[in-house]
Amino acid sequence: MKLRFVLLALLAIGTFGGTAALLYAWESSIAPIDPRSLGALDRAVVRRGASLALLGDCATCHTAPGGPPYAGGLAMPTPFGTIYSTNITPDPETGIGRWSEQAFIRALRSGVDREGRHLYPAFPYDHFTRVSDDDTKALYAFFMSLDPVKSSAPPNELPFPLNVRLTLAGWKLLFLRRARFVADPSKDEKWNRGKYLVDGLGHCGACHSPRNLLGAEMKSAGFAGGEAEGWRAYALGRGSLSPVAWDEAALADYLARGSHPLHGTAQGPMANVVDNLSHVDPADVGAMAHYLASLGKGEGRNDAERAASGPGRFSQAAGAQAATPAIPSEPGGAIYATVCASCHDGDRPLPLGGLRLDLSTAVADATPVNLINLVVRGIPAAAGASAHPIMPGFGDVLDDRQVSDLASYLRTRFAGKQQWDGLTKAVAEARGGR
Amino acid sequence: MTTLIVNGDSRTIEASPDTPLLYVLRDELGLNAAKFGCGLGQCGACTVIVDGKAVFSCVTPVMVLEGRTVTTLEGIGSRDAPGPMQRAFIAEQAAQCGYCIPGMMMRAQALLNRDPHATDESIEAELQPHLCRCGTHMRILRAIRRAAEEMRPKTVEARTAR
Ligand code: FES
Ligand code: FES
Repeated sequence: MKLRFVLLALLAIGTFGGTAALLYAWESSIAPIDPRSLGALDRAVVRRGASLALLGDCATCHTAPGGPPYAGGLAMPTPFGTIYSTNITPDPETGIGRWSEQAFIRALRSGVDREGRHLYPAFPYDHFTRVSDDDTKALYAFFMSLDPVKSSAPPNELPFPLNVRLTLAGWKLLFLRRARFVADPSKDEKWNRGKYLVDGLGHCGACHSPRNLLGAEMKSAGFAGGEAEGWRAYALGRGSLSPVAWDEAALADYLARGSHPLHGTAQGPMANVVDNLSHVDPADVGAMAHYLASLGKGEGRNDAERAASGPGRFSQAAGAQAATPAIPSEPGGAIYATVCASCHDGDRPLPLGGLRLDLSTAVADATPVNLINLVVRGIPAAAGASAHPIMPGFGDVLDDRQVSDLASYLRTRFAGKQQWDGLTKAVAEARGGR
Repeated sequence: MTTLIVNGDSRTIEASPDTPLLYVLRDELGLNAAKFGCGLGQCGACTVIVDGKAVFSCVTPVMVLEGRTVTTLEGIGSRDAPGPMQRAFIAEQAAQCGYCIPGMMMRAQALLNRDPHATDESIEAELQPHLCRCGTHMRILRAIRRAAEEMRPKTVEARTAR
């Protein structure tokens, strides 16, 4: 139903105005270059570009699982079909080796490749269009400095008419505002730097904002929470449902280290983001935190109050099993008491103890998706991050009904909120998608 | 009282329902292959197979397993009649202290049961939750590859070519 409506709407947009639209939609090819003609790249610029590529999280999408970085080929499921990321190493045949700086700039700002084909907005040019000239050029220098990798992405799997790239011109007409970032003079430099990174290269809204039927971010609901690869991207700022209100210090800590004792550990696609951010200039991460904190606080109580209520209830020695509390008769409660409580209800410190679940956004959020993912998959050990919590996944121990009994118990007991709609279905989906 | 099918036999468990499967196997059923390493689901020494999947028995209370099928290392071969996984580990002399080995074998067994053609990468990725403090990883991988070879259903051509 929904898809059909979208298809019809896009078809209408695509054919709108006939020839006029075609003229509008047409983009010319930009002459290929000989990659060798670039000569030696300025090392300092390349280094800056490398850091910008981390801020932009480029490698996350442009790398296939186990494949060479930036060589593309990652399958990105969208509500419209599967799109494969492209090779952005400077290979002349399969990568961007023949792209001039001008072609690269056009791709980032207008979503058009060197040959003049419109790119799908899975590539967030609606954000990258805000990136400054200097930064865009530094990114170009960085990508051209990489070792070329020969690798072609599989063809996209999109239904007609979405597989006709010209239809994207209609999408851009509606949703793409090509404009660089303009600083707000009433705000300080740190705030502006943060906003520039968050809205531009960082493209935080691409996941953390809901999208409309045509797959464009809903500007009216910016940062109201969105979806990314089977995970919920939580609402930021005033819409945040985190039980502990985020402040600037917590945001900075979380973004730089990937976890925070009162907020938990970044998982899903956000794990890549924080991994990248751990390697960039801390001042940039600090600026992003500063700006994000200015978006306001959600329903969470403040940190001090939470911290005062004590980290745990049961005494135990590290490495030992905690005595389980009395087993409640309801099935979800019994699972919590016997499976979860020894880590989540004890005073074993992080990373070997678990986050108190009354602090967990996964339990308090609008959808159960992340909670289910965490129960089923656990939190795998991150390479080199010894202070990170690790959690075994219980997907092979608990069946669907047990997972949903547990989730609904946690919801009532720890978030004190109304039961989620469609919990059973969400459990089945999360497991099916594994 | 919980009932489990352990290595093919139906067993009624006396221990209280919150007892981890690992303790039940070792203390009540006398099946000592699965080892206690960390008790936190972070080392893999206690791994057994439940309904075809490798799970950490140290963090699995028996209560949630009512009626389900558990296979331990004792269930895939014995000292006198070792199974293909065990034969491969012996042939490659993959154990040093041996403490991690039962868990490694059980997860590898679960993987090969569901994918006899598992690639080296998928074997490595699958065994990622397992720690070996002796550093015998390369031999463990060789042993699993050898076991895969042996367990793979032979095609008609392969058999007649012998
Ligand atoms: S003892 Fe179970 S994982 Fe370490
Ligand atoms: S052989 Fe000793 S821990 Fe692996």
